[in-house]
Amino acid sequence: MLEQNLEITVDELRHLVSDRALEGETMLLNMGPQHPSTHGVLRLLLELDGERIVTCVPDIGFLHTGIEKSMETKAYEKALVMTDRMDYLNNLGNNLCYCLAVEKLVDLDVPERAMAIRVLLVELQRIASHLVFLATHGLDTGAMSVFLYCFREREVILDIFEMCSGARMMTSFFRPGGLWRDVPDGFEEAVRSFVESFPKRIKMYEDLLTKNPIYTHRTQGIGAISSEEALKWGLTGPPLRATGLAWDLRKSNPYSGYERYDFEIPVGVNGDTYDRYTVRIGEMRQSLRIVEQVLDTLPGGPVRSDNRKFVPPPRSELGHSMEAVIHHFKLWTEGFPAPKGSVFVAVESPRGELGCYLEGDGGPKPYRVHFRTPSFATLQTLPMLCKDHLVADVVAIISSLDPVLGDSDR
Amino acid sequence: MTVVEKAVAKLQRALGESVLSVEEFRGQTSVTLDPEAVVNACQMLRDDAELDFNFLAALTAVDYWPSEPRFKIVYQLYSLANKEFIGLRAQLSNESPEISTIESIYPNANWHEREVFDMFGVTFKDHSDQRRIIMPYDWEGHPLRKDYPLGYEEVQFTFNFDEIDKRKPYAKE
Repeated sequence: MLEQNLEITVDELRHLVSDRALEGETMLLNMGPQHPSTHGVLRLLLELDGERIVTCVPDIGFLHTGIEKSMETKAYEKALVMTDRMDYLNNLGNNLCYCLAVEKLVDLDVPERAMAIRVLLVELQRIASHLVFLATHGLDTGAMSVFLYCFREREVILDIFEMCSGARMMTSFFRPGGLWRDVPDGFEEAVRSFVESFPKRIKMYEDLLTKNPIYTHRTQGIGAISSEEALKWGLTGPPLRATGLAWDLRKSNPYSGYERYDFEIPVGVNGDTYDRYTVRIGEMRQSLRIVEQVLDTLPGGPVRSDNRKFVPPPRSELGHSMEAVIHHFKLWTEGFPAPKGSVFVAVESPRGELGCYLEGDGGPKPYRVHFRTPSFATLQTLPMLCKDHLVADVVAIISSLDPVLGDSDR
Repeated sequence: MTVVEKAVAKLQRALGESVLSVEEFRGQTSVTLDPEAVVNACQMLRDDAELDFNFLAALTAVDYWPSEPRFKIVYQLYSLANKEFIGLRAQLSNESPEISTIESIYPNANWHEREVFDMFGVTFKDHSDQRRIIMPYDWEGHPLRKDYPLGYEEVQFTFNFDEIDKRKPYAKE
């Protein structure tokens, strides 16, 4: 074990704040981790000159749950359950990222229908996640009613998830090789009725915020960043697109059949808080377009791969096929082995690039899983975005980055 | 010739012996480098106009304890212009788990390297802010090392309840 000094002296932390703080000229203010506007358990150390931010030091890790370590001790299919718990507003997206990584590692096929349903559900999840963004962002900038409307619509989406998987949030619906099961009767109607009603709702949110002078004054020109800076600091997703750079992994490196659907990448101009809001509003519209296209072209057929070495057989086969019983037993007691090697898969989560580094060692458990999570990368830019703004703006900036602390700490 | 192939060829030409191996698995290329050469390689991959790997997508590590070399540092770079990923790998021994930081090339490596330091105890030379990031500052050990126990709660049965209760770490009266 590496010898290291566990004591931390003031000298080691001195570089975090300016010299003026040490002379008592500026004030150090602790914000969080239990502050409601930090969207979970984000702690910030703010150095203030009056109301202005001189430096901002983010402190994360309060929601660290050791997911990467725990996944190393579980078989591939069982480890999937942990991915739900990372970014708890993008459960299906995390499932998708992990499943794609496992499928790539073991070279497993996924039926067309499963791919299409995955895209559909992930886009619904994106809308649900953006609704939570809009709700909390509105709340943080003083628009209480937006919160209530957004959560009402989000509930409709969560009902659709519950219909498919039995759970509103922790779905574990995608499995390596396809889906847990096919979507139930009434699924298409439920999605169709949501798709029909939702454009009106988006218009209503826009009526409440887009031209609202109180809202625009609090967001325009606040926390702006340029494309070059954003890329340098690993910013992805809506905050990056708000700077005017149209990079979306669904377009640039399509996965799960995204190349078949027609959609645009909404971009902003100034990269400020307001643009991050308009980009997400645009993305909700685009996601609806994708959902509609998937529904119109939804192929039939199986939803799980019939490669029995990786995917358990359906229950109906267990009664008459000895082979099916053996496969079932092997897969649920031991799991399937994955070859030695490593893959890296990146998908576009509602918050940005979600990457999964997965390494197998020939056994049934992942040797190493690492998630490159968008919230982790995004929070790193917070000091730059907050600099020279007011304390009240910090709240608006945090919510416009839409970090999920479960995602950043894992 | 794809961009990734070009990148590998250029790395081999520029760094020579320092490129230890090139691996292709499931259509993804990863280049294992001498730890000393990682900074140069990153600089080259980013600044070459044709390659243009301008985005550090991920940085992490793997522990192969008890075999040697013990650690592997994983870099995934992405080129927005070419829409391609490339992986860089560097292996470090247990005696001196240290490698130069690539912060000067990709500033966002800052937090990723802090995370690797926190979780694996790999130190980064010239890092501007090497502190723990996820675990508490006074935490002992590095949780993602393979010799670090996972930790669990011992189940108490009637026959051994008192015995386990004695060593169970919770507040007793």
